[in-house]
Amino acid sequence: MAAPLGLHLEFGGGAELLFDGVKNHHVALPGQSDPWDMKQLLAWIRGNMLKERPELFMQGDTVRPGILVLINDADWELMGELEYQLQDQDNVVFISTLHGG
Amino acid sequence: MCQVEEDYNGLECKQEKIPVPTLDRKCVKCKEGTAALIIRVSDAFCRSCFKEYFIHKFRAMLGKNRVIFPQEKVLLAVSGGAASCSMLSQVIEGLSRDAPKKLRFLPGIIYIDDGGACGRSQEERQRSVDQLKSIFTHTGFPYFIVPLEQVFVLPSSVLVPVTPDPDPSSPSYKHAVDQYIREHKLAEEDEPSAAARLRVEDSYPPEHKLALESLFSSLNTLTAKEDMLHTLRQHLILHVARENGFSKVMMGESCSRLAVKLLSNIALGRGAALASDTGFSDPRFGDVGIVRPMRDYSSKEIAAYCRMFDVPSVFIPGLETRTPDKASVQRLTEAFITNLQAEFPSTVSTIYRTSEKLHTVKPSESEHSEPASRCLLCVCALDTCVDKASAFHATLLSEQLSQIKLQDVSHDALRCAETQDASHDALRCTETQCCGTGGCSSNRVPAHQDLKTLLCYSCRLTIKDMGSVATLPAYITAEAERRRKRSLMKKEISEYLLEDAD
Ligand SMILES: [Zn+2]
Ligand SMILES: [Zn+2]
Repeated sequence: MAAPLGLHLEFGGGAELLFDGVKNHHVALPGQSDPWDMKQLLAWIRGNMLKERPELFMQGDTVRPGILVLINDADWELMGELEYQLQDQDNVVFISTLHGG
Repeated sequence: MCQVEEDYNGLECKQEKIPVPTLDRKCVKCKEGTAALIIRVSDAFCRSCFKEYFIHKFRAMLGKNRVIFPQEKVLLAVSGGAASCSMLSQVIEGLSRDAPKKLRFLPGIIYIDDGGACGRSQEERQRSVDQLKSIFTHTGFPYFIVPLEQVFVLPSSVLVPVTPDPDPSSPSYKHAVDQYIREHKLAEEDEPSAAARLRVEDSYPPEHKLALESLFSSLNTLTAKEDMLHTLRQHLILHVARENGFSKVMMGESCSRLAVKLLSNIALGRGAALASDTGFSDPRFGDVGIVRPMRDYSSKEIAAYCRMFDVPSVFIPGLETRTPDKASVQRLTEAFITNLQAEFPSTVSTIYRTSEKLHTVKPSESEHSEPASRCLLCVCALDTCVDKASAFHATLLSEQLSQIKLQDVSHDALRCAETQDASHDALRCTETQCCGTGGCSSNRVPAHQDLKTLLCYSCRLTIKDMGSVATLPAYITAEAERRRKRSLMKKEISEYLLEDAD
C-alpha cells in the first residue's frame, strides 16, 4: 500500500487556460495499492482537474505532442516518461510550446 | 565550441525516436553533470551546459550572418511569448558581456497589441500590457506598445519598399521615369501620409476599435484572419521602425515555428516568397531588414530555457488559442508537424534545413524600386506575371468560368473589371459601402477585382475570403488607388510614345 502523495503541478505556455487560468496547483493523490506513476497521474488530472477540451491537453493516455513535461526541473524523457514513479513533493511542469497555447 | 554548423548535421540516419536510457544519465557535453534536458534528437545536456549552449547559439547566429552593425538601431518584436521573450533575454545577456564578446547594437522593443482582432476585452488587454510594461521597463530599452487599431492611421508610404542605397552613378532609365512620375503624382495628390503621421500611443478612438472588429469579422475563415493579422502587424512594426530610425527588426520565430510557416505557406500559395518568409534575413522592405535570430532554436529548447532560467514571459491568447486542429491551415500544419515530431524527432530540423537552402533570385535594381512589381499587402515580388500555361492561369480561368455559370449577369462586369472599363464603377458602387468608420481619405473604394491585380497569388486568396474589401484600412485602399491610377497613366504615356515613334 503506497501512502498518499502531495504534488506541485504547474501549467504554462497557455496550458493553464485549460485549468481555470491557474498556473500553480497543489494536489493530494490518495493512497493506493501500487505506487503512483505518470500515466496514472495523467489519468487522474483528466478525471479530476481537466474540465473541458481534454484533447487540447492529452492524446491517448499521454500528453499531447508539443507539451513539454519537466519532472523536478528535468526533461521527463530522461525520467522514463509515463513509467516514472512519483515521489511525495515532486514538482511536475507542463508547458505548451504550441502557438496560441 | 562552435557548434552551429554541426547542430543539425549527421542526424539524418537517426530518424526514429530512440528509447533513452533513463535516470542519472550524464551530460553529453561535460560528461559530468546530470542530464536535465534532451535536445535535438537524443543529446542530453546538463543544466549549465544547456545554458551555455543556448547563449552561444544566439551569438553564433548573429556572428555567422554578419548583418547587424555596431551602433545600429535594432527593434525587437516581442509578442509576450516564450520565443520572443527569450530573444529579449539573449539581447540583454549579449549587451552585458565584456568586450570582445559584447553585442554592440542599440535595441528597442515593440509590442503589437492585437487583442482587438482576437476578441479580447479592454480589461484583459490592459492587464497583458501592464505585465509587458513591467518586463520592458526592467530592460531599460526604449519600447513601443502599439494597439493594432493604429493601422487605421497608417500612411500609405508603409507599403512602398525603399531601396536602401540607390546607386546614384547609374540610375536606370526606367527608374528615372518612375521617379519622375512619382514626384508629379505626389504633387498633385493629397498623400494621406502628410496628414496622418502615426503617433505611437497606447490609446485609440472607439471608431477604430469598431473598424478593426468589422475588418476581422468580414474575413470568413480563420486562415484568412491569421494571414491578415500577420500582414497588418508587419506593416505597423515596419512603420514604427522607420519613424524611429531602426534599420533592423528582430523577430523571435523558432525553428519549430518556421517549419510550420514553411509548410503552411506552401499550402497557402506563398511558395514564391518562402525564402524571405522563413530565412534568417528578409530584405523585402528594403531600408528595414527583418532578421530571425531564434531560427536555430526548437520550441522545446526555448520553453525549457525560459522555465529553468526564469525568463519572464506573458501568455497572451491569440486567434489560434483553444481552436481545434482543423480550425485553419496554419493550425492543421502545426498539429501535423508536432505529431510527426513526436515519432520522428528530426522532422522539424529536416524541414528547417530545407528552408536554409532556399534563395530568391535578386530582383534587378529597377524592379526593386518599382512598387507596382510588389504585392500591395505582403510587399513580396509579385508571382503573378507568369506565362499563360501556368497553374496560376489555369486557376484564374476556372475561377472565371465558375463565376459565369453561377451568375450570368456579372459576366460582362467581370470582363470590364479586367480592362478597367468606365462601366466598372457602376458595379463597384453596388458592391461596396463607404468605409466611414475607417476614416477613409479616398472617396472611391476599390472592389475585389481592383485589388486583385495588385496582389500576389496568396494575398489574392486572403482577399477572396473577405466579405467586403471596404473594411480594409485606408492606407491600403489609398495606395491601391494610387497604383491603379499610376498604371493607367503609364499606359497612356506608353501609347503616346508608340504613336510618336511611328
Ligand atoms: Zn554538462
Ligand atoms: Zn502578397
